Amino acid sequence: MEIVLTVGIISGISGILAFLLTIANNTINDYGDVKITINESKEYDARGGSSLLGLLIENEVYIPSACGGKGSCGFCKVKVTEGGGPLLPTETGYVTEEEAKDNIRLSCQVKVKNDIDIEIDEAIFNVKQYEYSVVKNESITPSIKHLILRLPEGKEIDFKAGQYIQLLAPKYKGNREEVYRAYSLASSPNQKNEIELLIGFVPEGICTTYVHYHLDDKDKVTVVGPYGDFYYQDNDREMIMVAIGTGMAPILSILRYMRENRITDRKVTFFFGAKDEEELFFDEEFQELEKELPKFRYIPSISRPKPDAKWNGEVGRVTDTITKYIENGENKEAYLCGSPRMIDSVVDLLKEKGLEEEFILYDKFS
Amino acid sequence: MIEINPLVIFFAAIFTNNMILANFLGMCSFIAVSKEIKTAFGLGQAVTFVLTFTSILNYFIYYKILVPFNLEYLRFIVFIISIAAFVQLVEMIIDRYFPALYYALGIFLPLITVNCAVLGVSLFMLIREYSFIQSLAFGIGSGIGWTLAIVAMAGIRQKIKNNKLPNGLEGPGITLIITGIMALAFIGFSGIVKIQ
Repeated sequence: MEIVLTVGIISGISGILAFLLTIANNTINDYGDVKITINESKEYDARGGSSLLGLLIENEVYIPSACGGKGSCGFCKVKVTEGGGPLLPTETGYVTEEEAKDNIRLSCQVKVKNDIDIEIDEAIFNVKQYEYSVVKNESITPSIKHLILRLPEGKEIDFKAGQYIQLLAPKYKGNREEVYRAYSLASSPNQKNEIELLIGFVPEGICTTYVHYHLDDKDKVTVVGPYGDFYYQDNDREMIMVAIGTGMAPILSILRYMRENRITDRKVTFFFGAKDEEELFFDEEFQELEKELPKFRYIPSISRPKPDAKWNGEVGRVTDTITKYIENGENKEAYLCGSPRMIDSVVDLLKEKGLEEEFILYDKFS
Repeated sequence: MIEINPLVIFFAAIFTNNMILANFLGMCSFIAVSKEIKTAFGLGQAVTFVLTFTSILNYFIYYKILVPFNLEYLRFIVFIISIAAFVQLVEMIIDRYFPALYYALGIFLPLITVNCAVLGVSLFMLIREYSFIQSLAFGIGSGIGWTLAIVAMAGIRQKIKNNKLPNGLEGPGITLIITGIMALAFIGFSGIVKIQ
């Protein structure tokens, strides 16, 4: 009897409190239907109470985000002109003071509680989510995989040569959360049904481990894109291209684009840096490119040749070969892709050679 | 039931029997959130709100439900449930109306659930056999006393923020020392009103 009574009383009290909390949840926590206005032109209806990033993705507006909305990557910045509330402490690490004055916010941290007006780059409307199937996933160097992905029949992706996509690494053994990681497209934009990626292995990298060890040929791969303002510029300046490792991807995309569109009158020099011979790849394709683009020249360099290697090309870092082959920066344009250290030193070198900063485009690995 | 004017209990709870400085209850958030007056005051208000309403609620639950059924031994679990429910409510309210405070408090807002000052007030009012009005005065007074202590601490910490401290004393170290000195000062009040 006493058991029934105690259980009954505790359940009763909890029940009443739970009832009251449910009412509170449905009144206080109900933000109703809200309107998201983008660039003063497009309007979206959404249910208030969630993060701005989440609601935008629900409406198929894919703001770039690598961490999946945890406020730890700082990529999902948008300009909130109306209705965003105060800047939150969770954002201050990623939003600079000037950006804060300009109403830039991390969209994953802004909770939509009322109608909200935001401004985003028009190019983001072109960003979509795609489901690819794996055509090829093979090692081209000991640490780099060449991944070819195909869209279902009738679907296409539109991008500019040099842009990147984000690849979703799903949960797998050893990885408890979904994350997005950015990879440059290596394929030509003319090839709309298939994309190619170069994915270098990073120890303990969530997405690289997924591609290198867990991705099965039968799996579907989720890709969101395209993004980025590093892409081929249509003018007649001489092109200097510099890459190391998987940084070759966007450069390859640009070169393939130029080959297919018969842009043969621009002088192009591509400096590629590797540690040793094993890390060079796609040699044959570059030989073909050199044939088809008469003004194109591929200059690979090796920083640490093996003692017994029969290497007769350039030895040293890319900065050494650039110093050797480029006299001045006159009427030139540079495309760099690789590690921040490489980019910083090449940018300094090119500026020394007289190339103006606005003509140095780069895509830094992060 | 003891005969003390509720007003005396109210003031005693703020000064002489301050939850933090005399009883050392609710220290974790006191140390962690006392960096800025604004957030400290926000947390203080939330704690006061929770303290006041849980003392009322727990008073009725105890004397109207548990005592008649001879179930006094269930008081801990019942009190914790009602406190948790109230904190949940406060969290919803702050999330909706004070987003900046919500993020500034972070984990310390839900942690009010296990703030020992809150359960402490509910238990003290039973041990001391307070009447309803006395309990209410005790609950509000304790909340205000807690707020007073954390805001005073935040004020001091803001003042010394730019001062050079020995490395080992930065943060919690100096906070505990200041707490001790503040406790000394508050004990100076103890002759004025006494509730125990």
